[in-house]
Amino acid sequence: MLNFILKRLGLAFLVALTVSFISFSLLFLSGDPAIALAGEGATDQDVVAIRELYGFDRPMLVQYASWLVNALSGDFGESYYFKLPVSSLIADRLSVTMLLGLCGISFALLTAVPLGVIAAIRPNSIIDRFALFLSVAGQAMPSFWFGLILIVAFSIKLRWLPPSGTDSWRHFIMPTVVLGYYAMPAIMRLTRAGMLDVLSSDYIRTARAKGASEMRVMFKHALRNAIIPVVSLAAVQMGFMLGGSIVVESIFALHGAGYLAWESISRNDLPTVQALILVFSMFYITFTFLADVLNAWLDPRMRSS
Amino acid sequence: MSQNNSRQDIPLLSINNLTIDIPTAAGTLHAVRGISFDLKRGETLCIVGESGSGKSLTSLALMGLLGKNITPRADRMEFDEVELTTASARTMRNLRGARMSMIFQEPMTSLNPAYTIGDQLMEALTLHGSTNRKKARARAIELLEKVGITAAESRLSQYPHQLSGGLRQRVMIAMALMCEPELIIADEPTTALDVTIQAQILRLLAELQREMNMAMILITHDLGVVARVADKVAVMYAGELVETGPVDEIFAAPSHPYTRGLLRCIPLPGKTKRGSVLGTIPGIVPSLVGEVKGCTFRTRCEHASPACRGTIPLHTSPTGTHTFRCIHHPDDLETDAVQSTGANA
Repeated sequence: MLNFILKRLGLAFLVALTVSFISFSLLFLSGDPAIALAGEGATDQDVVAIRELYGFDRPMLVQYASWLVNALSGDFGESYYFKLPVSSLIADRLSVTMLLGLCGISFALLTAVPLGVIAAIRPNSIIDRFALFLSVAGQAMPSFWFGLILIVAFSIKLRWLPPSGTDSWRHFIMPTVVLGYYAMPAIMRLTRAGMLDVLSSDYIRTARAKGASEMRVMFKHALRNAIIPVVSLAAVQMGFMLGGSIVVESIFALHGAGYLAWESISRNDLPTVQALILVFSMFYITFTFLADVLNAWLDPRMRSS
Repeated sequence: MSQNNSRQDIPLLSINNLTIDIPTAAGTLHAVRGISFDLKRGETLCIVGESGSGKSLTSLALMGLLGKNITPRADRMEFDEVELTTASARTMRNLRGARMSMIFQEPMTSLNPAYTIGDQLMEALTLHGSTNRKKARARAIELLEKVGITAAESRLSQYPHQLSGGLRQRVMIAMALMCEPELIIADEPTTALDVTIQAQILRLLAELQREMNMAMILITHDLGVVARVADKVAVMYAGELVETGPVDEIFAAPSHPYTRGLLRCIPLPGKTKRGSVLGTIPGIVPSLVGEVKGCTFRTRCEHASPACRGTIPLHTSPTGTHTFRCIHHPDDLETDAVQSTGANA
């Protein structure tokens, strides 16, 4: 198991390095940053001056190396727009995003897994149909629309929940539901399919033949095997929630990292965008790594491969 | 469990008129129709028949392991005087694994891939008693050694995927024996294994059965195995018990044309002439969806006559132990059988 973890950790590190290099070079392909920074009325001399000031005249590999060395020590440079250190800017915004992401994925898992299990135990029952309806609706509704509907219903008509901001836990209820509901259908359907598959397998019959109770068969013998693909999916969803909750953050005016990314891209704030891409990809890599470790714990066959 | 002589004579298992209907989209599938047999402690019954004849369904019905939408019916299906058709889920659960165990056909997929061999062996015991883990562990090691697994203690921490098919089937046998069951059902336990392993596993099962004085139901295709281990034989065809009796009588005087056909399909030392062509039974098993009338073997039977469409009587031999279901008397078939063997030679 330790061997497996070390191997995966090494692999994760290599992926992170590759991602950082690709994201760094992609930004150079999107045009000359010096011209963008100088603005519309700038002369050629201004552009050259800016290029020298920010070091854009150096070879790209040199720029990447110096950026990487600084980044490893937590220094992502200064935001062109906010005139603040990027690291403190991101740290500030990340707490909101992480809280929202954790709430969202918890909401998704806590509704999707039980529903999927019940739907698999009683296929084609009322509960199964209801779960299917919920998941189709969740897949079909765009997040921004669902968010707006919730605001209209619970903030404007009923006045139960605040429409925007981050002041209390009540502000996070609607964003959590919108974000979680987006991830719920896939997790639910995968849990249902996994359980149906596992429940018809020979080792479940063996467990029953041993005299195990239905509860024990479901949870000890079936769910542990059925949940394995769900773990991988949830990890990707979690990464998505932390990096891509831009829509939800803008609707509910939660100024998180997703919103910051949107602002920085539109303002050509290079250091911030680069740092955010690195942070978001690190999230994906971390969660994929954690999912791999969790899966290896759940399924001994993965440890040896 | 005390086993004095008077208890030995009472059948451990008594089945009368077991019927299993399966609802399908095309109609009701009459998978098992009117099966009856008794089994005493320490006896081995071999159920023989081709795929789809209802052998496995019968054994799953005994274990209470048929699917949710399949309910077996029977005039009587008693295990040690407990009626199984009306038993509660809890009663069945307490019997399963403790007093009646089952070994399945597929050792490769019958063990849970997520748990160690030790966990799964010990679970069989802890489900049915208050045994502590240490005792359960000792029992697991004892049984692994009994089924011929070397380095038993180190196997406990291994996972199913680290074992070969033969080893997994030995683990399955050990698991079925954890609670010293009175009845063991083995459903084609060697079908999925290498030929070289098959004989070992069957010998092991037969030895353990004798040693622990268990009743055993062995489902098999292999008539050679039947000849060696069975006390009684039940021949199933298309959901019916066409012939049943002590093994010697069945092999010496097969009475149903299907049984005769089966025996003609295998070479028997001393009986089959060297160089003669082995028999086959032409045709396929008929569909059992919808109403099933008369003898189901008539479509493949060389003795079929219009009377085979009617009610088929159950013949009983003078000894009272050998029965078969056919309109023909075995003496009338004798000449035909010899003739057809002659024709094949």
